Amino acid sequence: MKPFMAVIARDLHLAVRQGGATFLALVFFLLTVTLFPLGIGPEPAILARIAPGVLWVAALLAAMLSLDRLFQADFEDGSLEQLTLSGLPLGAIVLAKTIAHWLTTGLPLLLAAPILAVLLNMDSEGFAALLLTMLIGTPALSLIGAIGAALTLTVRRGGVLLSLLVLPLYIPVLIFGVSAIDAAVHGLNAKPHVLLLTALTLAAIPLCPWAAAAAVKLSLE
Amino acid sequence: MSMHYFANPTRFTRLAERIQPWAEGLAGVLLVVGLYLALVEAPADYQQGDTVRIMFVHVPSAWMAMFCYSFLAVASAIALIWKHPLADLAAKASAPIGAGFTFLALVTGSLWGKPMWGTWWVWDARLTSVLILFFLYLGYMALWQAIEDGQKAAKAAAVLALVGAVNVPIIKFSVDWWNTLHQPASVLRMDGPAIHPSMLWPLLIMALAFKAYFVALLLVRMRMELNLRRIRALQLAERTT
Amino acid sequence: MRHFFEMGGYAGYVWPAFVIVLVVMAVLWVASRRGCRNSEHTLAALRKIVNNKKLTRSDP
Repeated sequence: MKPFMAVIARDLHLAVRQGGATFLALVFFLLTVTLFPLGIGPEPAILARIAPGVLWVAALLAAMLSLDRLFQADFEDGSLEQLTLSGLPLGAIVLAKTIAHWLTTGLPLLLAAPILAVLLNMDSEGFAALLLTMLIGTPALSLIGAIGAALTLTVRRGGVLLSLLVLPLYIPVLIFGVSAIDAAVHGLNAKPHVLLLTALTLAAIPLCPWAAAAAVKLSLE
Repeated sequence: MSMHYFANPTRFTRLAERIQPWAEGLAGVLLVVGLYLALVEAPADYQQGDTVRIMFVHVPSAWMAMFCYSFLAVASAIALIWKHPLADLAAKASAPIGAGFTFLALVTGSLWGKPMWGTWWVWDARLTSVLILFFLYLGYMALWQAIEDGQKAAKAAAVLALVGAVNVPIIKFSVDWWNTLHQPASVLRMDGPAIHPSMLWPLLIMALAFKAYFVALLLVRMRMELNLRRIRALQLAERTT
Repeated sequence: MRHFFEMGGYAGYVWPAFVIVLVVMAVLWVASRRGCRNSEHTLAALRKIVNNKKLTRSDP
């Protein structure tokens, strides 16, 4: 357990020291959400209607853009290889790094979401569902994204390829997340959507690090 | 005679060269018969008129889109688990074929939908799932292209294929879920009318024609991939001597 | 016969659908055949070069 926590701590420490990543993700989130009223018009009713979808899409994109720092820097300076020598299985290392990624990306997005929901005039009934779905769903975004980040490690300027690989896989998370909020806003039962989302994240926890580790191993060979 | 019997590339090439003309011939015959049945023999539909004929290319294309991805996923699994040397080539070779059929499913679906529902595109469950499948194909092919080392590219693509395969049922389920929530005013049925026997034959024959075409094309592409691999190996050996 | 071409008025949809299917299948076929043939030529040429090198290297 100790080495696992050590990896998380290390990544958190690095993220804090470099500072930029969390800030950038939040700014991107805010900017993207701002684009929608500018593009569609400020009419409150329309914004309220699209708010859950816009929030989730923007959060999803912000999470995706931050994925390249999951492995890239460590891979380039050799620390990734060093980590594998520490004795901790690669899957565990990946999971630890993913948790750190979520703490520095997903969690801040989740905390910022209600504020942005106000900007989009989202119905108050949706706020609880918004927080809940983001709490459950953003870890899935980090987990699934880790696979894409690992696969594109050796690809130069692999950011666009990363998007192409990861975005289709994000779609179920998006659908269940948004439909839960929509259900809550319309006074319907959000539970089935939330349960499906939870199932996704729970399944992702063991499966994604395993797949991502297989991909990382390729790059280290 | 196990799967590894066909691992020998020379043996594979010989076998491929023998099967190929048969697959080509079968595809040609079935295609001609199927097209005749679809365009001439099959009756026009009571409601949809002659546009129902598009179903005879749209549905088999969609079937092939999914079949090719299953093939790709199984081949990738064989490549990763049993390390069969030709399996990753089979997967790589089948991807453009699958992508092509996916594209055709989308275009023919659009052409079928316009006269029926007035719009060039409808976000019904099936078309949306096929569109996402198209992205999965593109991502798979892009990954092969992006990684320079052939062996690493093969393994990475195989991992991606399996990840995609696990996700396909999840995506399909979530899109169906999404579709039932946002049920449009008219019930969209891209399956066409109830399958009448005169409708069934053209459909099945076109489906078989596409499958035979797939086999023939796959063999050609696998031979090409095998040659490309040998070329790369020779170039690598040359550079290191 | 007329009906065959006009497709009950839907000719603008039915014919492009079938044509594009045949075109895509044909293009994929031709491109793959050509790619295979090119690869065979390149491979044969490369093998020839390698063999020639081997022969010249073994000369005293």
